[in-house]
Amino acid sequence: MIWNEARECMSRDEMHNLQSARLKKAVNRVYHNVEPYRKKMQEAGLEPGDITSIEDITKLPFTTKDDLRDNYPFGLFAVPLSEIVRVHASSGTTGKATVVGYTRKDIDVWAECVARCCAMAGLGRNDIIQVAYGYGLFTGGLGGHYGAEHLGATVVPMSVGNTQKLIDMMIDFGATGLMCTPSYLMHIAEVIEEMGVKDKIKLKATLNGAEPWTENMRTQIEERLGIKAHDIYGLSEIMGPGVANDCEYHAGLHVFEDHFYPEIIDPKTFEPVPDGQTGELVITTLTKEGIPMIRYRTKDLTSITHEKCKCGRTTARISRFTGRSDDMLIIRGVNVFPSQVEAALLTVDGITPNYQIVVDRVNHQDTLAINVEVEERFFSDEIKELESLQKKIEHAVHQGIGLNAKIKLVEPKTIERSMGKAVRVIDKRKLV
Amino acid sequence: MFIKQITVFIENRAGRLEEVAQVLKENDVNIKSVSLADTSDYGLLRFIVSDYAKAVNVLKEAGFSAMAADVIAVKLTQEVGQLGELLSVLSDVSVNVEYMYGLTSDDQSAFIVLKTSDQNKALEAVKAAGYELYTA
Repeated sequence: MIWNEARECMSRDEMHNLQSARLKKAVNRVYHNVEPYRKKMQEAGLEPGDITSIEDITKLPFTTKDDLRDNYPFGLFAVPLSEIVRVHASSGTTGKATVVGYTRKDIDVWAECVARCCAMAGLGRNDIIQVAYGYGLFTGGLGGHYGAEHLGATVVPMSVGNTQKLIDMMIDFGATGLMCTPSYLMHIAEVIEEMGVKDKIKLKATLNGAEPWTENMRTQIEERLGIKAHDIYGLSEIMGPGVANDCEYHAGLHVFEDHFYPEIIDPKTFEPVPDGQTGELVITTLTKEGIPMIRYRTKDLTSITHEKCKCGRTTARISRFTGRSDDMLIIRGVNVFPSQVEAALLTVDGITPNYQIVVDRVNHQDTLAINVEVEERFFSDEIKELESLQKKIEHAVHQGIGLNAKIKLVEPKTIERSMGKAVRVIDKRKLV
Repeated sequence: MFIKQITVFIENRAGRLEEVAQVLKENDVNIKSVSLADTSDYGLLRFIVSDYAKAVNVLKEAGFSAMAADVIAVKLTQEVGQLGELLSVLSDVSVNVEYMYGLTSDDQSAFIVLKTSDQNKALEAVKAAGYELYTA
């Protein structure tokens, strides 16, 4: 089902005109209300009048996560706080969170976009949808929740944690929809199989995002549970989940172009790349009031097509993500930069030890281990001292990135070096 | 008087223990006593050797984390209750034992190697109680 045919199926010409008009407004808004944007435009010799159509977007400077960090917490907001009805936050590169704000209208647009995603997955007002993303600063829980409510479905705000209860309720309520991370879905499938209750569930469709997965994982889970699984994409800087979603043909994720303008650029030259070619996804929010993003560099690598989809939608589609143009890791849905881990280790005794981050997926759950070389200054002849060191590091890492890591002490000089440089990250997750 | 013990950090990998022994052998260091404390991921190997300074150096050169620490080695006779008596001397002065293991001297006497929460206090207490100490 198509939730908003007028928008999702409009002709490319109409879309072009709508995007041009909205971009002009967006540029005016940031130029007059957000000082850092105005400064950047002035430095580039630009005035709002120079932007007359969507093609002119390439004249505008990029925005990055650094801009959000430099203007922490509210410096990029385009409206007074009296207009902001909610904030969300995600982890930043140096421990400081990235804060985003929403006006009432932004929340409505977000709900509209997530409702479109649910409709793509075949869900509607007669469905019971469990939202099993974390509720809180993370955009997943509340984003999914408001969207499913806007759809008119019966929403069950599960959040994450108690899988047994989730499945019990799935059976008792006859839940037909589920939103959660792909790895959590795999875990839920396993528990359903262990409990031997597969024939008791009425689940039809799931919307899964916030972490990388593969087409193979998607079809595998569909078969195991007899459901339709859909890939939902989003990031808090732009809005949260619901920036794009794949339809029943799974031929890429439809970007809701009336609100988000996607570009694909070469991450080295910053030049646009043609349709079908892989590059970094750059998104401009066309309607956002709270914290508009102009040419935000997502660092996610993908390609784009503007061809009409078999489903009837005309919106541009981005392919499954192939990676990142930076070193960010997504572990259990949490964004982690190796630099954050390094900063956390530094707090233990003021010197960064030789370390290595090892990410793996065991039983469909991400695991994080940090190997730390036992250098002379850490070393002791007593196990309790080494154990207390491990605990100290564990605590520092948890403080720094919000994730539990297993700290493994290893012998000196055993961390793999490549061209003399220690290999800091090993990602063993096989996403094939 | 204290004697020096060397401690080596080893990961739980096959052959690692042997490599330590090999390094000591190649450098003509005699092992007088050894004890291994293990955790699930790593172990601490503790030695009393003929030349601790040399042992620490050659092990470090071979890439191991190795260090020397002061321990006390107390002579016990082969009679029932000897260890209990020694431990009561330590508990009387509120000293905890962190770890201990056995050591046999060249003349076949039995010693117990001790690391305690307060080595100075422990040393005084055993001396005052008339125990004979090992001297390397």
